[in-house]
Amino acid sequence: MVEPLLDIRGLKTWFKTDDGMVRAVDGVDLHIDRGETLGVVGESGCGKTVTARSVLKLIDMPPGRFEAGQILWQGRDLIPLSMDEMDKIRAKEIAIIFQEPMTSLNPVYTVGDQIAEVIALHQKLSRKQAIAGAAEMLRLVNIPNPERRVHDYPHQFSGGMRQRVMIAMALSCQPKLLIADEPTTALDVTIQAQILELMQEMKERFGMAIMLITHAMGVVAETCQRVTVMYAGNVVEEASVEALFGDPRHPYTQGLIRSIPRVDRSAEKKQRLEAIAGTVPNLLEPPPGCRFAARCKFAMDVCTQGLPPLKEVGPGHYVRCVL
Amino acid sequence: MQVHRVSRQYVIRKLLIMIPSLLGISVVLFSLLALAPGDPFDELATNPAVPPEVRAALRAKFGLDDPVWMRYWHWLIALLQGDWGFSFVSRMDVSTLIMQRLPVTLIVIGASQILAIAIAIPVGVLAATRPYSLFDQVANTFAFIGFSLPTFFTGLVLILVFSIQLDWLPFVYRADIAATGWAFYWEHIKQSIMPVTVLGLFQGAALVRFVRSSVLDVIRLDYVTTARSKGIGERKVITRHVVRTALIPVVTLVALQMPIVFSGAIVTEQIFRVPGIGSLLISSMLANDTPVVMGVTFVSACLVVIFNLIADILYGWLDPRIAFR
Repeated sequence: MVEPLLDIRGLKTWFKTDDGMVRAVDGVDLHIDRGETLGVVGESGCGKTVTARSVLKLIDMPPGRFEAGQILWQGRDLIPLSMDEMDKIRAKEIAIIFQEPMTSLNPVYTVGDQIAEVIALHQKLSRKQAIAGAAEMLRLVNIPNPERRVHDYPHQFSGGMRQRVMIAMALSCQPKLLIADEPTTALDVTIQAQILELMQEMKERFGMAIMLITHAMGVVAETCQRVTVMYAGNVVEEASVEALFGDPRHPYTQGLIRSIPRVDRSAEKKQRLEAIAGTVPNLLEPPPGCRFAARCKFAMDVCTQGLPPLKEVGPGHYVRCVL
Repeated sequence: MQVHRVSRQYVIRKLLIMIPSLLGISVVLFSLLALAPGDPFDELATNPAVPPEVRAALRAKFGLDDPVWMRYWHWLIALLQGDWGFSFVSRMDVSTLIMQRLPVTLIVIGASQILAIAIAIPVGVLAATRPYSLFDQVANTFAFIGFSLPTFFTGLVLILVFSIQLDWLPFVYRADIAATGWAFYWEHIKQSIMPVTVLGLFQGAALVRFVRSSVLDVIRLDYVTTARSKGIGERKVITRHVVRTALIPVVTLVALQMPIVFSGAIVTEQIFRVPGIGSLLISSMLANDTPVVMGVTFVSACLVVIFNLIADILYGWLDPRIAFR
C-alpha cells in the first residue's frame, strides 16, 4: 500500500479550561493521499478546525495540548517536532487558508509584502525577486493588474479578492497539501463558486492534495474525492464521495444529507427541510458510548455503553455505528 | 518590509489644523489670565514712593487699562512678530526667560519618555506573550506599584536614599556647572538621573499595562495565525506582525499623555529644583508676572499640539488605512 501523504492516527487535542478538559478532538483518524481532495464535514464545534490547525501545530499551548495520537506527514510524526522544525514544514509543505479572509491578512502591510515574506523565506530570494514572485502568484489567482495590486493594502481588496490573495500566499511555495478551513463560508454564493473553481484549477496546476473543511455538503459533492464526517470530536464515517452520498451508513451522515436543500423537492409538495434534532453534546464530559446516541432515531441500549469502533462496510468505507 | 508612505497632503492638512487650535488655546489662556485675580502692578500700588500719576501713566503705557480683546490683539500681533512680551519681575524678555528654561525641561521630559518607552515596550510585549506567567505577574505587580506611587513621594524617597544616605547624586539641579568637557556632561547626567528616573518609571509603569493589553488584543487576531502558518518563526511573528500593529494605540496614548507629563514635570521640577519651565511658571504665578505665565502656558500648549501632530503623522505612517482617507 502506498504511504499516505498525511495520516492522522487517534489524534486527541484537548483544551484545559476553568471548567475542565474540553475534548475538542477526541480520537480522530483520517488520511489524505497525494493529489486528492478530502472533505472534512461536520457541524460547528465538531472539531474540524482544531484537527486542521493541529496538523500545522497552530494550536495555542497552553491551553491546548496533544493528549494522544500521531500526525504522520509522509511517514514522519509532527507532534514531537519543535516549533523551529515545524517552521520548515509550514507554508513550504503544508499551507493553510482560513475562513475569514477579511481578518486573515495583516492590515498594515501590502499584500505583496505578505506574500513575498513567505517566498523570500522558503525560496531564499531577495525582496525584489520575491515581490515579483508575489505579483506572479496574484496573476495566477486571477487578480487583475497584479503588478499594481501587489503594492495595495488588504483593505483595498474585497472579501473574495482577499481570499484569492490568501490562496496565492498559501500556494506561493507549492505545498504538497493545502488545508482550506471553510474557505468559502464567509463569502457570498457567486464568489464561493469562483473560489472553489480557483482551488480546483490550482490543484490541477500544482498537483497538491487539499483538505477541505466545510459544513456545506453541496461543496463536498462537487469538489472532493473522499469525505470524512466528524461529530463531536470523533470521525463517524469515512467514504468516497459516491459511496457517502449513495449509501450513507451513519445516522448522522444520513441526517446531514437529508438536510441539503434540493430544488427538485420542497416548495410544491410543501416538504420541510429535515433538520437533526438536538445539539452537539458537551465536550467537557462527553457521554460514554456513541456521541450521537442522544440525537439518534435508532439509538439502542448498546449505543450508550461503549464507543463503537470504525468498521469497514465496503472498500474504503468505514462507519462508527453498531447498525 | 516596506513601510507605508504618509502622503504630503495628509501632513499639510494636519499642519493647517494646528493654526485654529493654537489660536483657540491662546484666546482661552488669555481670557483666563485676564479673569484671574492679581495684578502685576500690585506692588507699585502699595509702594508709597510711587505717586498715583506715575502709576496711572505706567498702566496706560503697558496698556493694562485697555479692554481684554484689545490687549489680546496687541499680544497676538507682538507674538507674530516674535515679541513674547516683557517680564515685570525680572525685567527680561519673556522669550529669553523661556529659552533659558525650556531646554532643561525638554531634556528631562524627553529622556524620561524614552526611558518609559524603553521599559514599557519590551516588558509589555514579553508579559503579553506569556500571559499569567511568573514574569507577567511580577511585571504587573511592579507596574501597579509604579503608577500608584505619586512622583512627589518616590522623588523624596530617592533623594533620601541616593543623596542623603548614600551621597551619590546631587539633589539640587544646577544650571551653572563650572566644569568643562566630559566632566560637564557627567555632572549633568548625574543630576538628571533622579528626576528622569522618577518621571520615566511613573510613565513607564502605566505604559507597561497598556502595551500588554494592546499586544494581547492583537495576538489573538486571525492574521497572527496566518503569520504563524507561514513558518517565519515566532520571533518574527511577534515583532513584525504583532508589535507593529499593537503599537498604533500606544503611540496615541504617549502623545495624549504629554499634557499630563508636563504637569507631572512641574511637580518633579519643584522636588529636584530643576530650573525648567515648570519652576518658572510657578515662580511667575506667585509674582503675578502675567506675561511670563502667558508665555509659558502658551509654549506648553504649543508643545502639546506639536506632540499631537507627531502622533497623527506616526499614526498615518503606522496604519495605512488612515492616511488614504
